[in-house]
Amino acid sequence: MKNKFLPLSIIFIFVIIFIIFYKGLQNTNIYTPEVTANNEIPSFSAKLLYSNKIINSSEIFESNKFYLINIWSSWCVPCKQEHPFLIELKKNKNIEVIGINYKDTQVNANKFLDELGNPYDQIIFDKDGTIGIEWGAFGVPESFLIYNYNIIKKYIGPLNNELINEIKLKIK
Amino acid sequence: MLYSVIGYYSLILGLCFGLILILFSVKNFQNSKFNTKILSFTFLQFFFVVISFLCLVVSFILSDFSNETVFNNSHTTKPLFYKIAGTWGNHEGSLLLWLFVLTLFILIFLLKSKNQPTKYKILTLVFQQIIIIGFFVFLIKTSNPFNFLFPTPEEGLGLNPILQDPALAIHPPILYLGYVGSSIIFSSALAATSLNLITKSWATHIKMWILISWIFLTLGILLGSIWAYYELGWGGFWFWDPVENVSLMPWLALTTLLHCILVLEKKLILTSWVIILSISTFTLSMCGTFLVRSGILNSVHTFANDPERGLFILIFLFSLIFLSLFIFFFFHKSNKDTPTSFFWLSKETSIIINNWFMMYFLSVVLIGTVYPIFLDVLSSQKISVGPPFYHKLIIPFLIPFLLMMAIGPKLKWIKSNLEDKTYLIILLLFSILLSFLIVKNFDTNFLLNTILISSALYLFLITLRDFFIKKYNNLSQNIAHFGFSLLILSIIFNNLFSTEIITNLKVGETFKSETTKIVFEGINQKKEKNYQSIIGNFSIQNSKGKIENMSPELRIYNQPNIVTSEADIKTTLISDTFIVINLVQNQDYFNVRYQVKPFMIWIWISVVLISFGGLISFIKKKYEK
Repeated sequence: MKNKFLPLSIIFIFVIIFIIFYKGLQNTNIYTPEVTANNEIPSFSAKLLYSNKIINSSEIFESNKFYLINIWSSWCVPCKQEHPFLIELKKNKNIEVIGINYKDTQVNANKFLDELGNPYDQIIFDKDGTIGIEWGAFGVPESFLIYNYNIIKKYIGPLNNELINEIKLKIK
Repeated sequence: MLYSVIGYYSLILGLCFGLILILFSVKNFQNSKFNTKILSFTFLQFFFVVISFLCLVVSFILSDFSNETVFNNSHTTKPLFYKIAGTWGNHEGSLLLWLFVLTLFILIFLLKSKNQPTKYKILTLVFQQIIIIGFFVFLIKTSNPFNFLFPTPEEGLGLNPILQDPALAIHPPILYLGYVGSSIIFSSALAATSLNLITKSWATHIKMWILISWIFLTLGILLGSIWAYYELGWGGFWFWDPVENVSLMPWLALTTLLHCILVLEKKLILTSWVIILSISTFTLSMCGTFLVRSGILNSVHTFANDPERGLFILIFLFSLIFLSLFIFFFFHKSNKDTPTSFFWLSKETSIIINNWFMMYFLSVVLIGTVYPIFLDVLSSQKISVGPPFYHKLIIPFLIPFLLMMAIGPKLKWIKSNLEDKTYLIILLLFSILLSFLIVKNFDTNFLLNTILISSALYLFLITLRDFFIKKYNNLSQNIAHFGFSLLILSIIFNNLFSTEIITNLKVGETFKSETTKIVFEGINQKKEKNYQSIIGNFSIQNSKGKIENMSPELRIYNQPNIVTSEADIKTTLISDTFIVINLVQNQDYFNVRYQVKPFMIWIWISVVLISFGGLISFIKKKYEK
C-alpha cells in the first residue's frame, strides 16, 4: 500500500501544479493601474505664444468638443519624436490640439515649429511652468484628452502611433 | 525569401528524420543491434537544422523583411554584429538555436559513447528524439521563424536596444549549451533507469556531460549577470528577477547532481538522488522556458505573450514529467544489498548534507518564483517577491553551508578522522578574528555579518592553504570551492562597502558630500548609425583628491524608439565606480546616480574560477582516458 501511495500523491501534486499553471496562462499579466482621470480641467489665464494676448481658459474650451492639450518644449527630445504624430492627428477635424509651451523661449519655440510644422490650433506660452503645474503635469511631453471640460485621459510621455490611433477611436 | 523557403523545408525534413529515427530505434532496440544508419540519420537531422539556422542568419544579414521574424527584430541600420546576434534575440530564433544545440549534442553523444551498451544508447536516443520532436513541432506549429510577409515591408522594427550588447549576444548560446546539455543527462538517466544500468561506469560516462552542462550553465548565468550590470544601469548584478531565478534553479540542481555523481562513481549509493536530480535539472530548464516564454511572468525575456505557445510548452513539459515519474517509479529499484547507512563523519555524509542544503536553496528560489503565479490564480492577488525574501531565507543557511564546504572535502570515504585538526581550528579562530576586525567599523547587523564573513573567510583560507600542500590532488574541487568562497566574500564586501549618491544636477552644477565632489561639466551630442547619444561629462573628486572624468551616456535609438542609459563604469581591481544619468521629465535636470562598488570585478572572476574548476575536472577526466 505504502509503495503505491507515494507515486500517486506525487502525480496528484503535479496534476494540481499543471492546473494552476494552465489557469495562470489564461490570466493576463499586463497590469495597468487604475487611473481616475475624470477630473475637471483647471481654469487659468495665460499669454498666447504668437500674439502676446492674454487669454482665459474659458475662452478656449467649448462644451461637447474634443481637445488635446499637449505640453511641449523646444528643448525636449521626446517632443520631437511625437511631433509628427500630432501633425498627423491634426488632420482629424473632430479635435482641437492646444499646445502649452513649457519653460521655453519664444525664439526657440518658433524655430522648432518652423522646422517641424505647427499642429496646434492655439499655443499657450507657459514661460515659468506654472500652468503645467496646475494641470498636474509630471514633465514634458504630456498630453490630456479633454471632452466637455473633463480630462478623459492623460498621456505621460511622447505619443506614438498606437496612442494616436486610440485617440482617433475615442473622438469618432 | 528563398532562404525562408529553404529554412522552412529543412525544418520539416529535420522533423521527418526525428520520426524515422524513433521508428528505426525501436526496431533496432528489439534485436539490440546498433545500426550505423542511426548515426547517419542523426547527422542528417543535425545537418538540416544547421541549414535552417544558417538560412535565418542569412535572412538577418541580408535584412530580408519578407521574413516576419526579421521584420520584427531587425533594421537596416543595425550593425552587422547585432544583425547576426538578433537571430537568437527573439523567440523564434532562440528556439531554433535550442534545436540546433539539441541535435548537435545528441550527435556528439552518439559519437562519444561508442563503448556504451547498445540498448542504452538507442534508448537515450529515443528519449532525446522525443524532446527534439517536441521542439520541432513547437517551432513549426506555433513559432515558425520563416513566416512570410507580403507585401514586403521597407524597413524592420528593429531589435530592442537593451539587447544590443556584446555580453547578451553570446549569453543565449552559452546558456543553451548548459540547458540542452541537461537534456542529454535527462535522456540518459531515463534510459539507464529503465535498463537498470545505473552503475559506476555509467556514472563515469555521464559525469562528462554533467560537467559540460555545468560549465556552460555557470558561464551563461555569469554573462547574463554581466549584461544586467553593464546594460540595465541599476548598479546591481543579481535582482532575483524570475528570469534569473529560472536559470539559477537548474544550476542548483545540476551542482547537486555533480556532487552526487561523485559519490555514485565511487560507491554506488545515492542512485535515487542522481536519477531525480537528472530529471529535475532538465525539467527545471524546461519549466524556465515555459515561465519565460508563455508570458505568465513579465520580464525582459518575455518575447511575446502568446497563450497558445504557453499551452504547448506546458503540456509538453508535463508529459515529460509524467513520463519520467512513470519510469522512475516502475523501473527504479534501489540497491538493497549495498549498505545505505554510513558513518556520520565521512565524505558521503557531507555530500548528503550538501544536497539537503542545495535542495533547500532550490526550493526557496522555486517558491519565490512561482508563488506569485499560484497566488494570482488562487486568490487573484498580485504580489511580487523581492530580494528581502531571498536574503532572509538564504543567508542564515549559507553559514553552515560554507563551513561544510570547507570541512567536507577533508573527509575520506566511508569513515574518517579529521586530520590536522589543529590547523582547522586555528584557521577558524583566525577567520573569526579577522572578520571581527573588518566588521567592527560597521554597526549594521554586526553579529550576522561577522559570522557570515568568518565562515566565508574560513573556506577561503582553507582552500587557499590546500593549494600549497595537497598538490594537484583534487585541484578542480579546490579551485571551484575557492572560487565560491571568493564569490561570497566579494558579494558581502560589495554589499557592505558600496556607497551611493543620487542627486539631480543641471549642466555646470556641482554636488558635494563629505567624501565626493561631482561636477557636471557639460553634455555632448553624437549621432551614431542607429542611435543618437547624449554624453554627460562629469569630473569626480574623491576624498583622496583624485580626479576622474566619467561620461555616462543616454542613447536614443531610432528603431524602435527607445531611450536607454549606458552607465559609465571604471573598473579597477579594488573597486568599480559607476555613474549613470537619466532624463528627469523636466529635462533641464539630469538624475545622476554615482556608486562606488568595491570588489565588483572579483564577483566575475570568482564565477569564472568556479567554472574553471569544472573545466579542469573535465580535462583531467579526458586525460585519464
